[in-house]
Amino acid sequence: MNKSVYINSIGSVSVQKTFDNSEFLNEITIYNDTVASVLNPDYKAYIPPAQARRMAKGIKMSTVSSQTALREAGLENVDAIIVGTGLGCIGDSVKFVRDIIDNDEQFLTPTRFIQSSHNTVSGQIALGIGCKGYNFTYVHAAVSFESSLIDAKMQLENDEAKNILVGGVDEMVKYHVDTHRLIGHIKSEPADSTKLLTSNTKGSVMGEGSHFFVLSNEKQESTYAELVGVETYNSISQENIPNKIESFLEEHHSAVDDLDLVILGNNGDVDFDGYYEGLSTGLFKDRPQAYYKHLSSEFDTASGFAFWLSAKILKMQTIPEVVKLNEIEVSNPLKILIYNQYRGENHSLMLLRKC
Amino acid sequence: MSELKLELKEKIIEQLNLEDIAIEEIADTDPLFGEGLGLDSIDALELIVMLDKDYGIKLADPKQGRTIFESIDSMAAYIEENRSR
Repeated sequence: MNKSVYINSIGSVSVQKTFDNSEFLNEITIYNDTVASVLNPDYKAYIPPAQARRMAKGIKMSTVSSQTALREAGLENVDAIIVGTGLGCIGDSVKFVRDIIDNDEQFLTPTRFIQSSHNTVSGQIALGIGCKGYNFTYVHAAVSFESSLIDAKMQLENDEAKNILVGGVDEMVKYHVDTHRLIGHIKSEPADSTKLLTSNTKGSVMGEGSHFFVLSNEKQESTYAELVGVETYNSISQENIPNKIESFLEEHHSAVDDLDLVILGNNGDVDFDGYYEGLSTGLFKDRPQAYYKHLSSEFDTASGFAFWLSAKILKMQTIPEVVKLNEIEVSNPLKILIYNQYRGENHSLMLLRKC
Repeated sequence: MSELKLELKEKIIEQLNLEDIAIEEIADTDPLFGEGLGLDSIDALELIVMLDKDYGIKLADPKQGRTIFESIDSMAAYIEENRSR
């Protein structure tokens, strides 16, 4: 029989002040922009300066969020490290490629090369804690984080590992913003985060963030919730999404009526929010609903913020007003479904329950 | 020579991302590795590339780096003597 999988700790660096795990969205950072950067913690409190000087932003963010998660779980090491990222340390990748062009393929320096691969984050975390176990990075656009969750869940269910550090990270750099602005994936006009869903414009507010979790097949005092199921779908027609969701829930012995909260990935893109709106007014019209991308912004692993949010809600038994999408109240949330997609592709479902 | 030493300090700070160190904090005789600036083997590779790119000096034997990169003084002296640009 498969073992259950628990979320034993969390760590986050995001556009909000989530790096302080003692708080739960007490202070909200409101922006009116087309992009949103993370609120930087005091990196020097986590990373020695000699190491920090070679770290890209994504590595710094992930060092903080992974250390926060490890500390809360009471662990100094784990059996495996699994990271999901859409673009890895793209800042150094861009600099490395630019160096190749500018210097006619000569004089390439090692630092940027080391950091220009997607698996730098998982490697740096492993080096930092001396983890010689399984180390894997999933690069799969908007389901990168979910892909790493699936891997961890299978290993824990089959008792191949006891504690796994799982995370999702993406950093935002100028080149990436410029190219995505050019192709219209970023809003052309600033959007007020408090009115994101009524901006009625194309594209999203691009951002960044890092979310890490210790998943385990053993429950402990710090446990937030149980991870019941994760599923990804590269493409689904909008009409077929309700069927997929119902099948997913049935597979995990649940039904729509069992859900105490549905967290949706609306990002204010008038072309693609229809995927969520169809569910809000259809399949989930009688269920409490929440959204989060007005807080996290949009990036390939933004669903990590939703996972962090769900874990917090289930542990603290409170739903912050700022994330509520409808007025249906729930006093003690026990089961949460997260649904996310980006530009009509790479859909994901994650089901969590209180334990 | 003093201009070259200043230039080297600027380049080292910039290329090795020594964000918290000011030019004035690096003395000409300070050891660059170990006890001094605390540079490591990856920095040594960065400095070898810098010698080649900026001063046209190719180190045939990387072990030479040990004496050349001892301090700003030793680097400046070696560059003055061997530079082609």
